[in-house]
Amino acid sequence: MALEKITQVAGRGVYVPGDDLDTDRIIPARFMKCITFDGLGEFAFYDARAFAKEAGEVHPLDDKRFEGASILLSGSNFGCGSSREHAPQALYRFGIRAIVTESFAEIFFGNSITLGMPCVVASGEDIRAIAKLIESDPAAILTLDLTEKKLSIADTDFPIQIADHAHEALISGKWDAIADLLDGVNDVKECAARLPYMAT
Amino acid sequence: MSQTLLDKVWEAHAVRTLPNGATQLLVGTHLIHEVTSPQAFGMLRDLGLKVLYPNRTFATVDHIVPTDERVEPFSDDLADAMIKALRKNCEESGITFFDLPTGKQGIVHIVGPEQGITQPGTTIACGDSHTSTHGAFGAIAFGIGTSQVRDVLATQTMALHKPKVRRINVNGKLAPGVYAKDVILHIIRKLGVNGGLGYAYEYGGTTFDAFTQEERMTVCNMSIEGGARVGYVNPDETTFEYLKGRPYSPKGGDWDAAVIRWRATASDLDASYDDVVTYNAEDIAPTVTWGINPGQAIFIHEQVPFPSDIPQKDRATAEEALAHMNLKSGEPIKGTKVDVAFLGSCTNGRLSDLQEVARHLKGRKVHQGVKAIVVPGSQGVAALAESMGLAEIFREAGFEWRGAGCSMCLGMNPDKLVGDQLCASSSNRNFKGRQGSPTGRTMLMSPIMVAAAAVTGEISDAREVFGVN
Repeated sequence: MALEKITQVAGRGVYVPGDDLDTDRIIPARFMKCITFDGLGEFAFYDARAFAKEAGEVHPLDDKRFEGASILLSGSNFGCGSSREHAPQALYRFGIRAIVTESFAEIFFGNSITLGMPCVVASGEDIRAIAKLIESDPAAILTLDLTEKKLSIADTDFPIQIADHAHEALISGKWDAIADLLDGVNDVKECAARLPYMAT
Repeated sequence: MSQTLLDKVWEAHAVRTLPNGATQLLVGTHLIHEVTSPQAFGMLRDLGLKVLYPNRTFATVDHIVPTDERVEPFSDDLADAMIKALRKNCEESGITFFDLPTGKQGIVHIVGPEQGITQPGTTIACGDSHTSTHGAFGAIAFGIGTSQVRDVLATQTMALHKPKVRRINVNGKLAPGVYAKDVILHIIRKLGVNGGLGYAYEYGGTTFDAFTQEERMTVCNMSIEGGARVGYVNPDETTFEYLKGRPYSPKGGDWDAAVIRWRATASDLDASYDDVVTYNAEDIAPTVTWGINPGQAIFIHEQVPFPSDIPQKDRATAEEALAHMNLKSGEPIKGTKVDVAFLGSCTNGRLSDLQEVARHLKGRKVHQGVKAIVVPGSQGVAALAESMGLAEIFREAGFEWRGAGCSMCLGMNPDKLVGDQLCASSSNRNFKGRQGSPTGRTMLMSPIMVAAAAVTGEISDAREVFGVN
């Protein structure tokens, strides 16, 4: 199964400020009553968007200026809480193709990489600077260059970080592990046979 | 070389190193439920793959099941489709399903231990972040996403990187009225909601040595709320005693061999850790959350904090929390009016939780206007509680006695908060909207504190309400 080598993601950006944006916030549980991930995109950050509307405000994901943005920026501990893959699936189906934050929760990070959606880390200062640039020119294209580990916008480069294993998996087109795991099935059976509890 | 339990279990289950450097780790036991598995079975079909070890895969239905009217078809079409999909997937693949009519259904993290499926020295995965609960038995248990559920179904393995290990010691005797829930809320408050990123938490010390198996589960359950994907306690006599005689526990001569093996999986006394922290049990008081993440917690006798007293990096979240919770800085947390009391969940829905509450609740009444529900964690817990007369005590006090499931912990079934109701909850997450209403408010606490809130209609010190000294 040949997967695309993900070395670069380019697109417009959208900044959703806040720390500890948990997966219940990204996709409220009531929208997980489904047996496929189809159609989850419209429910991304559903309650936060509805609250904004009620308050006469516009949530960044509903702001016409950022419509069609594919690079999401946010604060620290993004995606904490539930292991629901519905969260990155909802963002992906909303149109997001890469996420830049100060830090990610572990399960969300792994789920996103498996979808081929890079999650990279930048400093809070840089993220706020990029957010300002997006605000002043929402049409500006952000380029996430995984090979060079940098995020560029308006002739400015910002350094980004990503765990080595995820970096390698993305740029070598091995972000979905299933093919490699299947290759090892004979070894799996040998390993299982050595464990008494697996034999019963 | 001396090793931690994590080292030993990892070594025994490492199949090989993958081209990207990750370990292909064997998952001895795979637990599935209706919310995160149907898409994985769909992916399997798309790829033309089958379940590799159906006899090491166990299913239950918990998130969407109604807890009052449990006759099928469910009134919620989507919920009905989910239970039917799971039933069909299990039948087609030959997977044991602890379905509603079996009398063994319940929250996946309560069913596994109850059936004796959860065992020391094993690896366990489940598409649910509270899988860390099983670590209480000295298992290495991971919450995983749906693509990984697919990986485990197809290959009984997943690609993982070995976490670091932080040893968390709690020593001493907890004061009366202070419970395992207070211990884990305290740990998360101290280490932060993302303090465990990249770590497995190994819990130990004399407090843990004295804990029952169910108390250890309560602590391990909430490891993920501190950012640690894995949490565990080294197995000991308490663990073995709990497992003996359970349906899936080894029998006869196999039992003795298993205990010898299990004992050997515990961390060596001279094992070294990537980090060590130590707390005193005497310093921990009944704890409640005031905010929108489990780290935003204070002792019952404390005041709601001022954002200015909170570290700069957490201040914006604190302000957001105060606005959502409609709490005022400087006010005592005690006395906050509650609308709902929820007793249940994979954190605190076990028999010992219900026993401890019933012991104090007997003869008391739920405060007028408070909706109080108790949701046993499994049909097994419910049956035992009923036979012991606990259900009757709850009913007489004015609690609604419900069927087993996740219920109001996350409001995926009809049990939801309404509007901005405030809920005293024995569950694990106080995220905005967690209990089914976008504006609903959750305060996490121990079961006994939930009961105290139910009886008084406000956040109370259970020690005062029930005369615990």
